[in-house]
Order: sequence, then C-alpha cells, then structure tokens
Amino acid sequence: MSKTSELVLDPLVDNNPIGLQILGICSALAVTTKLETAVVMTGAVLFVLVCSNVVISALRTQIPGSVRIIAQLTIIASLVMVADQFLRAFLYDISLQLYVFVGLIITNCILMGRAEAFAMQNKPWPAFLDAVGNAGGYGLVLVSVAFFRELLGSGKLFGVTIFQTVSEGGWYVPNGFMVLAPGAFILIGMFIWVVRSYRPEQVEEEFHVGALLEPGYQGDLR
Amino acid sequence: MEHYLSLAIKAIFVENMALAFFLGMCSFLAVSRKVETAIGLGIAVTFVLGLTTPLNQFLVEHLLAEGSLAWIPGGADVNLSFLSYLVLIGTIAATVQVVEMVIDRFAPALYGSLGVFLPLIAVNCAILGGSLFMVQRDYDFAEAAVYGFGSGIGWFLAIVALAAVRERLKYNDIPAPLRGLGITFLTVGLMATAFMSFSGIQL
Repeated sequence: MSKTSELVLDPLVDNNPIGLQILGICSALAVTTKLETAVVMTGAVLFVLVCSNVVISALRTQIPGSVRIIAQLTIIASLVMVADQFLRAFLYDISLQLYVFVGLIITNCILMGRAEAFAMQNKPWPAFLDAVGNAGGYGLVLVSVAFFRELLGSGKLFGVTIFQTVSEGGWYVPNGFMVLAPGAFILIGMFIWVVRSYRPEQVEEEFHVGALLEPGYQGDLR
Repeated sequence: MEHYLSLAIKAIFVENMALAFFLGMCSFLAVSRKVETAIGLGIAVTFVLGLTTPLNQFLVEHLLAEGSLAWIPGGADVNLSFLSYLVLIGTIAATVQVVEMVIDRFAPALYGSLGVFLPLIAVNCAILGGSLFMVQRDYDFAEAAVYGFGSGIGWFLAIVALAAVRERLKYNDIPAPLRGLGITFLTVGLMATAFMSFSGIQL
C-alpha cells in the first residue's frame, strides 16, 4: 500500500480513533440517537479537523513548545466558531439538537490528539491526509452506532419509518433503552467486541487466568 | 438555599457529567485503571470545574452578553456572544496554567500527586461542558458556582466508582476481544443504567 492511501485508510479500522486510540468518545455517544445528527456532526468534525491539522502543521515551526497547547486550542476554537455559526445559519434545527456538542468539538480529544501526535511533526499534505482518515474513522463509528440506535430505538432511519412502531399502529415495539445514555455505551462496547474478534492483533493484553500458573508472575490475587 | 441544594443534587446525580452527558469520557476511560490515580484526577477536575464555571459566568455576563458593554460609549448594541467559545476555552486554559503554578509553589506534595493531571484537564470536555451548559441555561454567579462544583463532585464519584470496578475486573477471565476497552464500555453502560434511577429526583 502506498504511503498516501495508508495515511487515509489506516485510521478507518486498523487504528480507529474511537475503538483503539480512545479519542473523541464524548460526542460519539451523545449525538448518535439519530443518524441525521451523527452525519452533521461528522461533517463538522471533518471540517475542523482538516483545517486545524493543516494550519497547525503549517505553523509547526513557529509555535513555541511551552505554549503550544494554548496556541492549538486557539486555532481549534476559532475553527469551531466558524462551524458553529455556519450550522446556526443554514441548519438551525439540527444545531439545536446538537446542543452544546458543537462547542465541545474544541475539547474533542481527536483534535488535540492528532495535532500533538501528527500535525506538529509532519508537513501539511500528510497532515491533511491524516485528518481525513481520522475524521473518517470517527464518522464510521458514529454513523454505525447511530444506525442501530435510531433503527432499534425508534424504528426509523433519517427520520423515515422503517419499522412501523406500535404507537403508530404497526408491529414494532421500540427498544427505548437504545435511545437512552446507557444504550450508547453498550453498543460501542459491542462494536469494539466485533471489531476485535476479527482483528485479534488489537486485543489488549490484560490478565488471563493461566498467567497465575506461569513462573515469574508478579501480580497478586486479591 | 433550597434552590441551590436542589441544583447541586441535580448536578451530582441526576445530570451526572460522565454518565448522563458523556463528558470527559476520554480521561474517564483512560485514567480509571487504578483507584488512587482516579481520586487524584477527580479532585483536580472538581477543583478546576468549581473555579472556572463561575469565572466564565462573570466574563460572559459582563463582557460578552448583548448590552453588557453599554458603559463604553457606543457599546450598547455590541453583541460579542459569538466569541464565547474562544473566551471560555481561553479562561480554562489560563486557569489551569495558573493553578498548576500556584500548587507547584505552595503545595509541592500536592503537586507531586496532582500535577501530572493538570495539563490533561485543559482539554477535558467536562470542564468546557460545565461552562457551556452554564451559558445555555443562564445561571447567575452563585448558581454557576454551585453547578460547577456539584458537577465536579458527580464526575469524581463516577470515575472513582469505575476505577474500583476495573481493579476487580483485572482478575476475571474476560473473552479476549472484550478485554480492556470493550468490557469497560459495558461496565460504564451498566453504571449509567444504575444512575438513571436518580432521574426525576427533586428536593
């Protein structure tokens, strides 16, 4: 695989920002009750992440190390302001549903994480590709979680009825748990489970019972 | 007084930052392997939330809100509220920096245990989330202080509880693909379900 496509494709599954790097989880959980909000949120993150990665990477030799966090935050906050004003002007209803979570893109760890880990060390073009890949990986998880939450929770996709619910005279009894906060946690846990079953190299090495019997085991049993 | 107590209960349990609004998730999951470190981070978050929320309330009310600059000639119809993100995050980053320096100077022992967490906090969404909710709900100064502090305590309780569960989980035989992050998500899901039993409580 060439370097270019690797930068974009790697974060989609192999090094997914949510599943593996533990970045950007807050919004992944909060905006996924409906597909529509998830798609808009992905768009906003894509825009901010691409711009911030390119700008920070272009300025990487100018930003002094000691104040880099504030400098990065200022760049990111300005971009989020643009995205927020844009949403309010053209997609007002959705911007109300996204609640404070557009503003929270500022502290979305994907942005700071990619700025610190990639943009500060690389030229603008690779930083651009890295941003597209990571926003894509983020969007992939967001959209698949939202797909199940909206379908199972209210029997709809993009607001279009797929399963007619009982309250509307149909047959489907909506699973209200999916729409609530805990449903999101459990769905993402399941998502990670599925991905890691197919990609055993992503499994985290934690305790397994056999380790107790191995010579030289250092832990204690409580 | 009752109003403030009710607000605090709401912030701690009913609208728990971590379990109901998913805020501060990244550090919530990453720093909850041990109870000791979880307590350290929890205290730091509570402290910074309790400090920055009222501070931001003050700034928003007296600098950014429409008409708040009326004391400057011609400032009566200036509305700077579109700048709020920049001001909120600037205040938070600056406060964290100042707090870090003050603790380092006056309480070196505390700095030793808390210091590593402070830079992490500037980008903890719970802190910014506290300020954004405060702006959205139009809290006054005292309400903002109670709300900030209360939601900090709620976050503290949640992370310590999760760390305690995870310390135990280490000794269980979990299916390999679920180990680590996967089982943590399921645990948090169950904890969030438990916390939902608080919903609707009012004093």
